[in-house]
Amino acid sequence: MRKSLLMLASAATLTAGAASADLVFPDLSYRTGPYAAGGVPFSDGYQDYFAMLNARDGGIGGVPARVIECETAYNTEKGVECYEATKGEGALLYQPLSTGITYQLIPKVSADGIPMHTMGYGRTSAANGEVFEWVFNYPANYWDAASVAIKYLHDQNGGSLEGKKIALLYHNSAYGKEPIRTLENLAEKHGYTLDTLAVDHPGQEQKSQWLQIRRTRPDYVIMWGWGVMNQVAIQEAANIRFPMENFIGNWWAGAEHDVLPAGDAANGYKSLNMNRVVDLPVFEEIKKHVHDAGNAAGDGSNLGKVIYTRGLYAAFLAAEAAKKAQEIHGVTELTPAQMRDGMEALEITEELMAERGLDNIGPAFSVSCSDHGGSGMGLIQQWDASAESWTPLTEFIAPDAEVIAPLVAEDSEAFAAENGIAKRCN
Amino acid sequence: MFYREAGDIKTSYVADSQTFPIAFDRIGYLCVIAVAFGVLPFIIGPYWANAVFVPFLIYAIAAIGLNILTGYCGQVSLGTGGFMAVGAYACYKLMTGFPDLNIIFVILLAGGITAAVGTAFGLPSLRIKGFYLAVATLAAQFFLVWLFNKVPWFYNNSASGQISAPERSVFGVAVTGPNVEAWAKYLICLGFLFVLAWMARNLTRGSLGRSWMAIRDMDIAAEIIGVNPLRAKLTAFAVSSFFIGIAGALFFSVYLGAAEAGEAFGINKSFLVLFMIIIGGLGSIFGSLAGAAFLVLLPVLLKNTFVGLLGWPTDLTAHLELMVVGGLILTFLIAEPHGLAQLWRVAKEKLRLWPFPH
Amino acid sequence: MPESLLYGTEVVLNGLMAGVLYALVALGFVLIYKASGIFNYAQGVLSLFAAMTLVGIMNGQIPFAHLINAALGTEIHHFGWHINALVAILLTMVVMVGVAWCVQRFVFRHLIGQEPIILFMATIGLAYFLEGLGDIMWGSDIKKLDVGLPQGGSLWIEENTQWLGFGNENFYGFFLDRLDLIATVIAALLVIALVAVSQYTKHGRAMRAVADDHQAALSVGISLNFIWVFVWSIAGFVALVAGIIWGAKSGVQFSLSLIALKALPVLMLGGFTSIPGAIIGGLIIGVGEKLFEFTVGPLVGGATENWFAYVLALIFLVFRPQGLMGEKIIERV
Repeated sequence: MRKSLLMLASAATLTAGAASADLVFPDLSYRTGPYAAGGVPFSDGYQDYFAMLNARDGGIGGVPARVIECETAYNTEKGVECYEATKGEGALLYQPLSTGITYQLIPKVSADGIPMHTMGYGRTSAANGEVFEWVFNYPANYWDAASVAIKYLHDQNGGSLEGKKIALLYHNSAYGKEPIRTLENLAEKHGYTLDTLAVDHPGQEQKSQWLQIRRTRPDYVIMWGWGVMNQVAIQEAANIRFPMENFIGNWWAGAEHDVLPAGDAANGYKSLNMNRVVDLPVFEEIKKHVHDAGNAAGDGSNLGKVIYTRGLYAAFLAAEAAKKAQEIHGVTELTPAQMRDGMEALEITEELMAERGLDNIGPAFSVSCSDHGGSGMGLIQQWDASAESWTPLTEFIAPDAEVIAPLVAEDSEAFAAENGIAKRCN
Repeated sequence: MFYREAGDIKTSYVADSQTFPIAFDRIGYLCVIAVAFGVLPFIIGPYWANAVFVPFLIYAIAAIGLNILTGYCGQVSLGTGGFMAVGAYACYKLMTGFPDLNIIFVILLAGGITAAVGTAFGLPSLRIKGFYLAVATLAAQFFLVWLFNKVPWFYNNSASGQISAPERSVFGVAVTGPNVEAWAKYLICLGFLFVLAWMARNLTRGSLGRSWMAIRDMDIAAEIIGVNPLRAKLTAFAVSSFFIGIAGALFFSVYLGAAEAGEAFGINKSFLVLFMIIIGGLGSIFGSLAGAAFLVLLPVLLKNTFVGLLGWPTDLTAHLELMVVGGLILTFLIAEPHGLAQLWRVAKEKLRLWPFPH
Repeated sequence: MPESLLYGTEVVLNGLMAGVLYALVALGFVLIYKASGIFNYAQGVLSLFAAMTLVGIMNGQIPFAHLINAALGTEIHHFGWHINALVAILLTMVVMVGVAWCVQRFVFRHLIGQEPIILFMATIGLAYFLEGLGDIMWGSDIKKLDVGLPQGGSLWIEENTQWLGFGNENFYGFFLDRLDLIATVIAALLVIALVAVSQYTKHGRAMRAVADDHQAALSVGISLNFIWVFVWSIAGFVALVAGIIWGAKSGVQFSLSLIALKALPVLMLGGFTSIPGAIIGGLIIGVGEKLFEFTVGPLVGGATENWFAYVLALIFLVFRPQGLMGEKIIERV
């Protein structure tokens, strides 16, 4: 943020009258509170990508994108306030970056008819578009993540997890509890034993859990953490000399700020990721059109980081969906319903990603009316403490649809029954 | 000039001890009620309802509840969040367990269940006093939230432990669930607040309220003159928890629609409601309302001023907001430790003497 | 020896050390409560603020950089120096004394004679204010704090206790974290120093006089203002030490302020007015919650520590309403 407040203030009053002729993407961010470290880079990436599109291409299909940032502090009540404050502005797509706020907003966006994209978080069974018309969680969800992690371990062990012991260390909240059922079902299938260890918010004190891990010596530890829990867990794992390469975090426990406080001890820590972290050509574009012009969101220091890249990826998917919607309906200014059509017709191919300068950032996938979940693929990355960077270890791994699909079906049917929703897409 | 008892002649004891002895106050009060019930529902939009009025009304109920316990009976409690969670989860279980039961009764029953839980957690107050009790109520806070997070029965075994409110209606108008009109939300909360505030006012000036105040002012002395501390303290806990439970049930079912114990009913909630009654004024129904209004409106106002009008970055605003809220709380406590209610009282006293203050 | 017993012992040892850390935070509360009757909820935020300031000074961050950049359109971040940890700690202490003075001058001087709950509320207001101030000054990102404290389990202890298992393959020796060991030593030194200061120095005696009776202290010529600034400064120092130790574990970030919640049951159990009470309370809570999580935790799904600490304290309070070592509450009509 390098423009002065005075300039911004005058700009705000000037533009206040001339709204509506743009595509509105509210950004419910959190730059304060216990989870700010994750919220800041995501929001920076999300905003920078749209700012780049505006500066370089004059927006999407010639219509400028307008990002309205609203601070939620990861608090559901503020999330509601932000939703109500922005929906009147012609919001096309919500991206709350909080599982709690997502659950809040699912009934609201469904009633108001505004799409919501919860990328790799939120309600997993929203992958079923037949029930959840307005909620999308492509390219992957929590249950996919759990399955990808197990599949990776399965391959590492030569195709068998028989008799292995796996511990799940999870944030004791809606978010952390998500993978348990999937992991239990997979345990039945693959014959490993699962221990679950809950860590209460915020997770500053995890001695008991790690002493237990030290006693029971699981072969692998999988972590579903967020916020301070990640840093402490990695430090404690190092303290008990748990082999870091057997410690796998999910994609919200695999950013630079999670491992940096532990220093060299974090070397070798692995995590899932749904977006590859490499030096993408699009970063140059952002640098040129946004940062050098002094329009960077935040202080501009997060460019290229894991969660920044994920925010950028989210913005890319939103922009592509908007483009698709413009194509389908032959208009440039969109309504939320048209935006949903665009999202349901979204097709991300390798060529498209390369063309936009995001070569192989994620897997190729397509969305349809009934499938809002994408491919569900994820990769495993490893932290290199001396280079302070993440290296992708694998290609994108597909989840075990055989286990996930029935779970998604079961949970979404229950939701449909509870709320009297008729199935669509016929 | 017009703000006087003079000329307003009372001919019965009932008239003499009414809540608003001055005619001007009575008219003002009736006007507020008339606007709240007769005008606002017709003009209220979704933003004002969801961001300002509904949270204000619900917090006001919780604040009155806590004020009964802390302001009238002198028992400091930091378990408000936990008790609100009891109300919310009781409401959820009743809503899903008895789909045909009217939501009004569900919410009242949720309040009743919370009252029972609150009374149980109030038992230590017979031994423990002051700050020790405040910290002891934190045991209730943490335990209850943990319980609702851990036992799948409370959230009907859903995968994530989130509870969401199905659609229920009153007189054919939906008040919970996704398709609620702003005015319906507003009216049901207002209705509950109106009845409960009226109840609280009359409870606190009856014999029960006087026994609470005796305990607050000095419990040993009260015991000597024949106030039963067991009865007084436990009824205060029960009534207070009843209010807070209703607030929790409304908070979950009408306001948020979905909730998670740890996030929605955490320790911050307990502090927030305690703040409301201290800023508003301990031992005052009006104070509870004023405090709730202040703390609900202030952040919205600050945010809209800084971000909306001035176009500041949201993170700076959020940090500044913390400083401003903290600073205002300090300023208020220094300027008027007895809260907004006391300011209001002083203003009224001044007004009665005006224009001849000597 | 059966391994469960050995592991139980290990849990107790770790609980004791966790307890020392809790006690460290609780000490800050006790000091201020004793001297001024203020239940200082801001102690946790004080820790966060101190640790943030320390990191900021060490890395040569420019305070309020973000605000200045936003307001003036400049682009400044760092002074470009790196300060030695020890010097930085001293500089941070100067800042904390400044904070103590401001708190006394602008807040609590105006609240003398108010009811305890009003004072308590004022400290919560102060907590909000300091949290916002810290964020604006130094930014809300996670900062790595490295003052050279060792981390990780002690290999030496592990190897030299392995024989206790007598050939039991499931016992790997006791695990003790070196950071915890050092924290224990620091906390012990701090307590000794605090007791020495309050027993043997002029200001310490004055402090105890104020704690006993404000008016009597005033009448023999003790400056209340000075004593309160003094006490808040010491509390600031204790907060800094706690901030360094906790910050070394998790990085310096918002959640550091929540350690205050860990200290409350300790205070309750030990009594608000007793320094030894804070220590013993800390140890009991530390051991109690860890043992409960070890024995009962797995049966009920874990994550019991947060509430069990409070329940444990509550049970103690039912028998001793003034805490283990608190001053007896005498009530007269």
